[in-house]
Amino acid sequence: MSVRILRPGLLTTVQDRGRHGYQRVGLCPGGAMDPVALALANALVGNPPEEAALEITVIGPEIVFEVDTLVAVCGADFASGFPHNRPVLARAGTRFNAGRATRGARAYIAVAGGFAVDPVLGSRSTYLPGQFGGYEGRALKHGDVLSLRDPAAAGRFSNLKNAKDGTVRWSAPPLTLPDREPILVHVIEGQHFAGFDATSQRAFFDTVWRVAPDSNRMGFRLSGPPLGRPQGDEILSGPTCLGSVQVPPSGVPIALMADHQTTGGYPRIAEIASADVARLAQLAPGGKVHFARCSLEIAAELRRDARARLDSALRGIAWEYQRK
Amino acid sequence: MGVVPLGDSAAYVEFCTTLDLEVNSVVQRLALAILRREVPWVVDVVPTLGGVALHFDPDDAEFPGNPLEAALELVNDSLKQALAAKEEPGREVELPVCYEPEFALDLVEVAKLTDLAPEGVASRHAAGEYRVLMMGFAPGHAYMGGLDPKLAVPRRASPRAVVPAGSVAIANEQTVVYPYAISGGWNVIGRTPRVLFDAKRARPSLLWPGDRVRFRAITRSEFLELQKKS
Repeated sequence: MSVRILRPGLLTTVQDRGRHGYQRVGLCPGGAMDPVALALANALVGNPPEEAALEITVIGPEIVFEVDTLVAVCGADFASGFPHNRPVLARAGTRFNAGRATRGARAYIAVAGGFAVDPVLGSRSTYLPGQFGGYEGRALKHGDVLSLRDPAAAGRFSNLKNAKDGTVRWSAPPLTLPDREPILVHVIEGQHFAGFDATSQRAFFDTVWRVAPDSNRMGFRLSGPPLGRPQGDEILSGPTCLGSVQVPPSGVPIALMADHQTTGGYPRIAEIASADVARLAQLAPGGKVHFARCSLEIAAELRRDARARLDSALRGIAWEYQRK
Repeated sequence: MGVVPLGDSAAYVEFCTTLDLEVNSVVQRLALAILRREVPWVVDVVPTLGGVALHFDPDDAEFPGNPLEAALELVNDSLKQALAAKEEPGREVELPVCYEPEFALDLVEVAKLTDLAPEGVASRHAAGEYRVLMMGFAPGHAYMGGLDPKLAVPRRASPRAVVPAGSVAIANEQTVVYPYAISGGWNVIGRTPRVLFDAKRARPSLLWPGDRVRFRAITRSEFLELQKKS
């Protein structure tokens, strides 16, 4: 009644949409780095959007489905021989064996009915710095066994129209993967933007930044020309958010990602438009990004567009599950 | 007061850019008043040293659309009520602390810098009445104001790679307690046996913004006794 980890890959964790409401005690929401891909994976196996999936990172795991399991893999492309972006009825004994991601950095493996992992503070997400949530508060390793919460949910496969040979002929669109690099990410000027000198302001928008190797779920370090310090006194520690771009004394900007700190003492040069955070999360170390300035109105429009594309994909998937 | 965007899904209402304990007390009241409104599109209300960060759910149907307008509306609707509130936000919390050398890694250094005896540093720290001004850096990590000005020393020149969990530390005019074994640059003068953050507790954090905190000096054997219980 379970999924067994034969090889964990670079970083495989249980993630859902995160735990909200605790930022005032220093706990970030966390959750999936690419919530769009997670939403698609859940929909493809008939799960509600709040269900948890496995987030796999850059080098995928090898796992075996020990019972018949309805599975969907969405997000980054991995050379795995396993069909992506569609529901797949994996028969008992089927292996998912992923090598390196060929496009994007993170994919989500959702199983119908979800994993039998207890929620902590309202979420099944693994919070690695605090060692709680998900599977024992840690990344999965060889020999771990995750039980399915509802093994009978694999039966949903029979509700699909036009299913054949354990899968379907259609696929969900990859909404967050880069077609080419550098990817374009929109940002809103940060509180301290005006304090940076003109050279640093220009460099921030003119540079093709690279995601540095020491990037993780907490933040992406961006390699490029070091930025100067803002004018004036040292700033008072203040708030941050998902997508804040901080500039520490080293001048190397850090984009705050899912497991970010909730406050910080470094100047914030920009905040990434919420619609673009998931696309940035799909860059592996070495991946290239450049930033374009946008207004709050444009950011809201980008978000509405992204939401509309996701909703349209979700409606399409739901339609396929309506009984013949 | 100024309102700045914090991306398109949050805004920061700033009252001051240097630390001011009286302003922070208003910040705490305001944050509480906004929280109590239970607005469905407000997902997090985060009091900071000099303002309040408001995190929104832009996908909520009722969300006004512009985070700056949303924040201003919330503050205007809550500020009067916050200022009129007689009740103090936060609770009284007492933290037992052992200031003995085994745990007080920087006590001798702080004593030198402040021209006090190590015991004098400990007793002045334990005599203070503190207020949680902001939480951040790690879950359960509280920045507390109210430190005796005589104890104001700068951060260590080189941060420690690992500060033991429960370490009580000071820098500038604040004191903190490290909830986990993490890196940090504050001067460690003692350790509490209490668990600052436990996700399995219904109220996961021991300290919350606005809490009034006192430290009680304990001996090494009391420390070990309390550690066993927690």
